[in-house]
Amino acid sequence: MYETTYHRPSSIDEAAALFSKGKEAKYLAGGHTLIPVMKQRLASPSDVIDLGKIKELIGVEPSGDGIVVKAATTHYDVATSDTVKKALPALAYLASLIGDPAVRHRGTIGGSLANNDPAADYPAAVLATGATVKTNKRTIAADEFFKGLFSTALEDGEIITAVSFPVQAKAGYAKFPHPASRFALTGVFVAKTPSGDVRVAATGASQNGVMRIPAIEAALKANWSAGALDGVSISADGLLSDIHGSADYRANLIKVMAQRAVTAAG
Amino acid sequence: MGVEGIGASVVRKEDKRFITGKGRYVDDIKLVGCTHAHFIRSPHAHAKVKGIDSTEAMKMPGVIAVLTGQQLVDDKIGNLICGWAITSKDGSPMKMGAWPAMAPETVRFVGQAVAVVIAETKNQAKDAAEAVVVNYEELPAVADVRAAIKSGAPQLHPEAPGNIIYDWHLGDEAAVNAAFSKAANVVSLDLTNNRLAPNAMEPRAAIADYDAAEEHFTLYTTSQNPHVARLVLSAFYNVAPEHKLRVIAPDVGGGFGSKIYIYPEEMVALWASKKVGRPVKWTGDRTEAFLTDAHGRDHVSHAEMAFDKDNKILGLRVKTHANFGAYMSLFSSAVPTYLYATLLSGQYLIPAIYAEVIAVYTNTTPVDAYRGAGRPEASYLLERMMETAARQLKVDPAELRKKNFITSFPYQTPVIMAYDAGDFHASIDAAMKAIDYAGFAARKAKAKSEGKLRGIGVSCYIEACGIAPSKAVGSLGAGVGLWESAEIRVNPVGTIEVLTGTHSHGQSHETTFCQIIAERLGVPISQVSIVHGDTDKVQFGMGTYGSRSIAVGGTAIVKAMEKVEAKAKKIAAHALEASENDIVIENGEFKVTGTDKSIALPMVALAAYTAHNLPDGMEPGLKETAFYDPTNFTFPAGAYICEVEVDAATGKTSFVNFVAADDFGRLINPMVVEGQVHGGLAQGIGQALLEHAVYDGNGQPVTASFMDYTMPRADDLPSFKVSHTTTLCPGNPLGVKGCGEAGAIGASAAVINAITDAIGNNKLEMPATPDRVWHAIHG
Ligand SMILES: Cc1cc2nc3c(=O)[nH]c(=O)nc-3n(C[C@H](O)[C@H](O)[C@H](O)COP(=O)(O)OP(=O)(O)OC[C@H]3O[C@@H](n4cnc5c(N)ncnc54)[C@H](O)[C@@H]3O)c2cc1C
Repeated sequence: MYETTYHRPSSIDEAAALFSKGKEAKYLAGGHTLIPVMKQRLASPSDVIDLGKIKELIGVEPSGDGIVVKAATTHYDVATSDTVKKALPALAYLASLIGDPAVRHRGTIGGSLANNDPAADYPAAVLATGATVKTNKRTIAADEFFKGLFSTALEDGEIITAVSFPVQAKAGYAKFPHPASRFALTGVFVAKTPSGDVRVAATGASQNGVMRIPAIEAALKANWSAGALDGVSISADGLLSDIHGSADYRANLIKVMAQRAVTAAG
Repeated sequence: MGVEGIGASVVRKEDKRFITGKGRYVDDIKLVGCTHAHFIRSPHAHAKVKGIDSTEAMKMPGVIAVLTGQQLVDDKIGNLICGWAITSKDGSPMKMGAWPAMAPETVRFVGQAVAVVIAETKNQAKDAAEAVVVNYEELPAVADVRAAIKSGAPQLHPEAPGNIIYDWHLGDEAAVNAAFSKAANVVSLDLTNNRLAPNAMEPRAAIADYDAAEEHFTLYTTSQNPHVARLVLSAFYNVAPEHKLRVIAPDVGGGFGSKIYIYPEEMVALWASKKVGRPVKWTGDRTEAFLTDAHGRDHVSHAEMAFDKDNKILGLRVKTHANFGAYMSLFSSAVPTYLYATLLSGQYLIPAIYAEVIAVYTNTTPVDAYRGAGRPEASYLLERMMETAARQLKVDPAELRKKNFITSFPYQTPVIMAYDAGDFHASIDAAMKAIDYAGFAARKAKAKSEGKLRGIGVSCYIEACGIAPSKAVGSLGAGVGLWESAEIRVNPVGTIEVLTGTHSHGQSHETTFCQIIAERLGVPISQVSIVHGDTDKVQFGMGTYGSRSIAVGGTAIVKAMEKVEAKAKKIAAHALEASENDIVIENGEFKVTGTDKSIALPMVALAAYTAHNLPDGMEPGLKETAFYDPTNFTFPAGAYICEVEVDAATGKTSFVNFVAADDFGRLINPMVVEGQVHGGLAQGIGQALLEHAVYDGNGQPVTASFMDYTMPRADDLPSFKVSHTTTLCPGNPLGVKGCGEAGAIGASAAVINAITDAIGNNKLEMPATPDRVWHAIHG
C-alpha cells in the first residue's frame, strides 16, 4: 500500500469539503473493495475519507411507498432489518447472499453501488425495483445510474446518501454464485409493481454490467409464473465468457435464475 | 498401553499454541537490523532480459541494494537442480535446461524473478522495485502440453529440443500387445488431470542471517525438510558450506508438497544477506504463491484396457504427457514416472501393463509433487477406466472391481511395486454398506421422478507410501536416500525428548509421536516432547512428504526406543539385583516380573546420569539414535463412494453422501487420522469440482487469485463418513501405512464417476464446474 492520509468526518458536508481539498481523494465506506485495491497498489489515493462513521448515512427507514436504505448501511444490517424484511424481503435476502459474514458486516450498499462491479448483487435490485439513488447533490433514477462496467452517473466527489426502494407487489432474487469469488456468476431480480408493471434485471452476466431483460419482462407481464419463461430464449450476444461460465451458459442462467426468482417471489 | 498410547484419540498438544495465536511462523521472527527483500518478477511468459536499470531505484529512500541474476552468475551461485535422474526409452538421460535463481538472460514463466530489491522496509523495497526498469524482448510462449510438442512451437531450452525432457516407459510392451490381441473387449479413455495450485495457508517465507565473524549462515524457512534444504543449498548451490549453515523450519502453515523444494527466494536471501551484511527477510504474498509455488498434476493421457470374455482384465496401456512448466523442479521428474506409472496396477490383477510418459517444458510455473504426487493421477485414470469399462461392458462397477481385485499377498505387480498386504474386498464392502449401495437404484428412480439427476461413483485407490527404501529408489535414479533418523533423549529426571528428522506442518507429530513413547513406557504424553525442524538440533532427516512420517520416522523412533529400553533395563536390573531378562516396563516403571520389585523411570534415568552405580563397563547417559531405512513402500488402500445430485438446469453438483473406508494399517490416533482424511478428501473433491490453475494461450495465468481460483470451502463439501478396515503393514514394527495423502488420491475419481453416472455421459473433465456439467448434459 502507498502512503495515504485518513480522515474521519462526522457529516456529509464535512466529507465533501475534505474531498475537494484532497489532491486525489477517495471515499471509504466498508473498504471491502477499496482497501484490497490499495493493498495491491492499484489505487493510490492521497486522502481516504471515511464515510462509515457518519451517523446520517447509516440506517433503514420506511417511507411512504417503500423504504430508504442509507448509503453506509452494511449488508448485514439490510439482511437483518425488520423494516426491509417486511417491505421488501427479496432485498434482505439478496443482502444475506453477499460474500461472507466478514464482508456483510463491513461492506455497504453505497460502496457497492458506487463501485458498480458487473457481478455485484445490489445493482440488480436497484434496477429491477426502479429505485432512486440519492446523492448530496441530486436524485438519480436507477435507469440513469448504471453506466457499464465499474462506471456510474456519479460525478467526481458526489456522495451517495441513500437509496429509495419503492414497494413492490411481488419481488424475488435468485443468484448463481461465481464458484471462486461468490459474487454473482448470474443473479436475477424480478419485480412486479402494484400497478402490474414488471421489471427484471440481471447482474454478473453482461459485458456491460447490470442490465434489464426485456424478453423476460414481457413474458412475466403477460403471465407471472416460472412456466411463462419456458419458451423464452436469451441471446448469448454481449454476455461475459470466462473459465467459470461461457456466454451461452450465462444466457441459460439468466432464464433459470429468473424462473427461480419468480418462484421465490410467489 | 496407557490411556494416551497407540489407538487413543488424544487431543492435539500443538493446538493450544495454534488456537491461542502463539504459533511461531517464519514471518513472526524479528531479527535486529533485518532488511526486507522484494523480488522483481517477469510479467511475460517468455522473454529475453535485455537490460536492468536500477539507477533511479538506488536513489530511493531506504534502498540498500538492487541485485540481479547476472550478479548471481558472477558470484558462481549454482543453478537449481532436479534430484532424480530419469532415463528415456532410447537410453538417453533427461534433458534439463538451466534454472538460475534469478534470470540473467531469459525468463520462461510469469512470476520468474529477474532482480531483488533489498531495503530497510518491505514497503520501501516495493516502492523501489517500481522504479527498476527491466527491458524485456518478448518471445512467443506456449502453455499447453499438446501445443508445446507440435513442430514450430516456441522452444524453451536449447538443451531440450522439441521441449521434450524425457520420453520414458515402464512395463512390457510386447506382453501388453499380446494381451490386447486376444481381448474380447477393449475400453479406451482420454483424460486430463487438471493443474492445481497448492495454496498452503501460510505463504512461503525466508529469513537469512549471515554472521560475518563466524562466516556462518542461519536460514529460517517454510520447509517440509530443513535438512534436505541444507544439503542442497550447500552441495549444489554454493551459497554456504554445510557446517556453516543452520536451517530452521519453525511452525509451518501447511505444505502439501509445495514446501519440499528449495526455491530461488531462499537461495537469494542467503546470498544477499552476505552481500549486504545484514539479515534479509522475504515473505511471499498470495499472488507470489500462485505464481511461484510449484504447481501439481497437469497430465494429458490416453488409456486402453483389455478384458477377456469374463470381464477379467488382460492388459493396460497408458500414454501420458506431463506438463513440467518452465523448469525442472527438485523432484518433478520422479512424479509422473516412479510415483505414477508404478501405481497403474491399482487394486487389480492386471497381467500386463505398459506406460509411456513424455515430460514436456511449457511457459508455466514449474510443476512438482503435490499431495499424492503421481498417485492421484494414476488412481484417477484407473478408476475412471474401471467405471467406463463397467458401463461399456454393462456390469455393475463395484462387481467389475471385485472380480478383478488382487486377493493374495504379497503380490508383485508388473510395474515394480510389490504389495505387502491388503484386503480390498473388506474396504469396498464397508463403503458399499455405509452408503447403502444396494438401495441406490431405488433412490435414483425416486430422484428421477422428482426431475433430479442422481449418480453414484466408486473409487478404489492404492498408494505407495512410507517413502522410501533407499537402495530401491537409488537404483531408480534418486539422488538421495529416503531413510529417517530419530534420537531419544531421556533426561536425568525422566522426561523424554524425541528428535525426529521429519517435520510437522499440520500432521500432528507433536501428539502422535508422543503416543508411541507413551505406548512403550506407559508415561503420559505431557512428559514427552518432540523436537524437529532445526538442523542444529536434529542430526539429520529427510523430512515429511509421501505419507512417510509415521511409517519411516515413527519406525526410527521405535528403533531408538528399543535401544533406550535395552540400556534402561540393564540399569534397572542392576539396581533391583535382578536379571535383565526379567525386567518388564509398565506404567512408567521397570518391574521384575512376578515380584513387587520395581524402579520408576526417573530413577533409572537419574542412575544413568549420576553414574554412581551402573553395571560395570556401561557408559553413562540415556540417549540413543537410530537410522531406519524401510525395506519396502507401504500400501494404504481403500474404497470411496460418492453419491451426488446434479441440477440439470444449472449443472451444479450437490453431494448426497460421501463415504470413505480406508486401510491405513494400525492407527496411532484415530482422531488425527480422520482429520487427515477429511483434509485429503477436501483436496480431492476440490480437484474434481473446483480447482484449476489456468493459463491463456500466451502463458498468462488466468487464476492468480482467489477471485478466480476456486479453493474448496466448507460449504462445498459434504459431511464425510469415514471408517477403517485394517490389515497391518508387515514391513514395520508399528504396522502402520500412512494416511496423509489418501483422500486426495482417491476422492476425485469417485466424484467424477458419480457425476457421469448422474448425467449419463462420460465426456467430462475435471474440474466439473457447473458450466462444464451443463454443457455435458445439453451439448
Ligand atoms: C471476499 C469478498 C466477497 C464479496 N462478495 C460479494 C458478493 O457476493 N456480492 C456483492 O455484491 N459484493 C461482494 N463483495 C463486495 C462487497 O459487497 C463490497 O463491500 C462492496 O463492493 C463495496 O462496498 P464497501 O462499502 O466495502 O465500499 P468501499 O470499498 O469502501 O468503496 C468502494 C468504492 O465506492 C466508493 N464509495 C463508497 N461509499 C460511497 C458513497 N456513499 N458515495 C460515493 N462513493 C462511495 C469508494 O470511494 C470506492 O471507490 C465482496 C467483497 C469481498 C472482499
